[in-house]
Amino acid sequence: MIRLVDVVKRFAGSQSLAVDHLSLEVEEGETAVLVGPSGCGKTTTMKMINRLEEPTSGSIFVDGRDVTAQDPVTLRRGIGYVIQTIGLLPHRTIAQNIATVPELLGWDEIRISDRVKELAGMLELKSELLSRYPSELSGGQRQRVGVARALAADPPVMLMDEPFGAVDPIVRGRLQDQFLEIQDRLRKTIVFVTHDIDEAIKMADRIAILNVGGVLEQYDTPKEILRNPANDFVKEFLGSERGLKRLALVQVGEIEVEEGPVVSPDDPPQRATEAMQRFGTDWVSVVADGELLGWVDEQGLAGKATVGEAAPRKFSAYVTAASSLREALDSLITSTTQVAAVVWEGQRYRGVLTAERISKEITS
Amino acid sequence: MGVIGEAIQWLTDPVNWAGDGGIPHRMLEHMEISGLTVLAAALIAIPAGLAIGHSGRGRFLVVSLSNVGRAIPSFAILALALPITIKLGLGLGFWPTFFALFALAVPPILTNTYVGVAEVDRDLVEAARGMGMADGQILRRLELRLAAPVIMVGLRTAAVEVVATATLAALVAWGGLGRFIIDGFAVRDDARILGGAILVAVLAIATELVLGGVERLARPRTVSVRA
Amino acid sequence: MILAQADEPLVEPEWVMRNLDRIGERLVEHAYLTVLAVGIGLAICIPLGILAYRHRRIYPPVTWLAGFLYTIPSLALFAFLTAYTGLTTLTAEIGLVSYTLLILIRNVVAGLDSVPLDTKESARAMGYTDRQLLLKVELPLALPVILAGVRVATVTTIGLVTVTSLIGKGGLGFFILQGMRRFFNTPIVVGAVLSVLLAVSADLALLGLQKAATPWARNRARTA
Repeated sequence: MIRLVDVVKRFAGSQSLAVDHLSLEVEEGETAVLVGPSGCGKTTTMKMINRLEEPTSGSIFVDGRDVTAQDPVTLRRGIGYVIQTIGLLPHRTIAQNIATVPELLGWDEIRISDRVKELAGMLELKSELLSRYPSELSGGQRQRVGVARALAADPPVMLMDEPFGAVDPIVRGRLQDQFLEIQDRLRKTIVFVTHDIDEAIKMADRIAILNVGGVLEQYDTPKEILRNPANDFVKEFLGSERGLKRLALVQVGEIEVEEGPVVSPDDPPQRATEAMQRFGTDWVSVVADGELLGWVDEQGLAGKATVGEAAPRKFSAYVTAASSLREALDSLITSTTQVAAVVWEGQRYRGVLTAERISKEITS
Repeated sequence: MGVIGEAIQWLTDPVNWAGDGGIPHRMLEHMEISGLTVLAAALIAIPAGLAIGHSGRGRFLVVSLSNVGRAIPSFAILALALPITIKLGLGLGFWPTFFALFALAVPPILTNTYVGVAEVDRDLVEAARGMGMADGQILRRLELRLAAPVIMVGLRTAAVEVVATATLAALVAWGGLGRFIIDGFAVRDDARILGGAILVAVLAIATELVLGGVERLARPRTVSVRA
Repeated sequence: MILAQADEPLVEPEWVMRNLDRIGERLVEHAYLTVLAVGIGLAICIPLGILAYRHRRIYPPVTWLAGFLYTIPSLALFAFLTAYTGLTTLTAEIGLVSYTLLILIRNVVAGLDSVPLDTKESARAMGYTDRQLLLKVELPLALPVILAGVRVATVTTIGLVTVTSLIGKGGLGFFILQGMRRFFNTPIVVGAVLSVLLAVSADLALLGLQKAATPWARNRARTA
């Protein structure tokens, strides 16, 4: 969908190249994140796609057509654009801002107002905000308006430069989640620029790690890059805790979970002891009809007739199929049992996760 | 370029350089009253502006005065001075001119002095107070120095306006370079009108340039001023 | 005669009543000369300002020339012009327009400069042509600063129109001059007071226009 072939950018009066023979391809529906230190040309590269910057040499194709062969104005009306400071038109209302490109394209009024309402719903913007001016909105709201505006004419391609950078981490996380949801539905082709490797890992289908001068060091899925960094630069850029970052990408539901030592409340304590010996633990899970009741240890079983009489204690660490392995690791480290109970739908018992089991995911 | 030629002839004719009605005398008259009124206005307006800027009280007065001052045409001020000086028995000529030019010069000097002092970074003032400087010292050593360029701009604005309006003062039977223009109009002597106009323009531009230069010198080199 | 004037009241109401229509005429003349001058000034300075904003190199010489004209005392300028264009409205207007140029060109350029860079960048990125950018984004956002300049230019021009009484025009200045020449207080006061009122009302009207033209500046951001 987007193809960069040997693209070079040199700024006037500069000795070095801002972008040095970059070749890259972004598939349709894919989110490619350009990430790297300052001076790596990521923003310049993005801007060459919609010709806010002109390439010094090389070609860029969007949907098979060379961008330099097209009228830049028409080209830009077909590409959504979001920057960190948003750049909303201060003298127009939110509704008018969102409607900018449709208006330029000559849509009729009804179609425009329907579309604006649709986007407001998609981005969770309350309808009363539509008649306000940008100066009256909070940073998070403005950011969402920026995304809505970019999506307004339903462009197949979106360019986003640190779009969630100007807000605090909590709001940023929410905006990222919201955007991922929308992207899941719309499947636009997106080129996303950020300096934050964690954001890149979260948002990307593929990450392009750029070095100073627009040199492409590695272009692959987040998992692959974390597993096999191409060189020391990439390793350093990924930062420490690479292992943990990889764990964040795997969900509990994707791996096989061990059942672990399980007894029912009616079982006698000997069954529990047997299970403990078999699994090499000093505790057992108590499950009744598939529902997890808790865990007990030797101490708790002492002098009881059945397991059920020893009041099972709740696991302090629970994870579900949607939790990441990193979250699982974090919760089990702090639990007394050093184990996370895996449950589906409430308390439907699935198994247990140990730190050992988790680390196997990375070391294999 | 016939008229300009005539004007140059008039300007270079030695007859026009002699006596009470001659160019040097009129030029001197013009410069004297301009200087006098600006000085008098400064003597009143600068201390007032410093006091108001330093203490913050009387701000409303300054703002209203500058707004009103902007709206009243200088020509009108000159005209209004006439009945007042006549009522006071001071007659024509010098006094209405003086009062009008004085009234004209005060607002820009006052406003600029006030703004210059008020714009001094409050943190600097607080630091100075913290170091043990008394109010008077703060005013003199800190605020005045930092406000100096802005005050100079006010003086320059006032001076240029005064020089310009003094041209009109011939109408209240005073002298100055405007005499040539007004008298020239009366007898339809284009050369005199033009000659006078050129002289006035030269004086006004010279005033602007000279005071602009002084202003640049008054700018403190090390401290940044929000002016 | 001077002693007689010392006892004169400042304003003789009978004179005002007698001359009401002439006062009205002169008021209209005053307003006309002002509006014409500021209008022409804008017609010159908006295109010139846009040019200077796009090509910075021409800005210093343009402001220098406008500043030069501004410094020349009004009487001198009008007097100089009469040698070429006589005692006509044209003379008055050439002079009056010249005095508006400095403030207007400065404010047009400053207004355009005040448009935030990322607003312009995102507007271009969305597909505005250069002309659309100018007409729909840059000029509207520059409007408040430009209007502020128009206010100052208008008030200044109202004052300068009084001086044109010396070259046969003058609007309300006509009465001021008449009063000065005849040692008669009333027309002086009437002329002066009405000029001030005209200036103040023009200022307020334009301030209202400025506020109405910028509805987006009215409210502050609320932090969520």
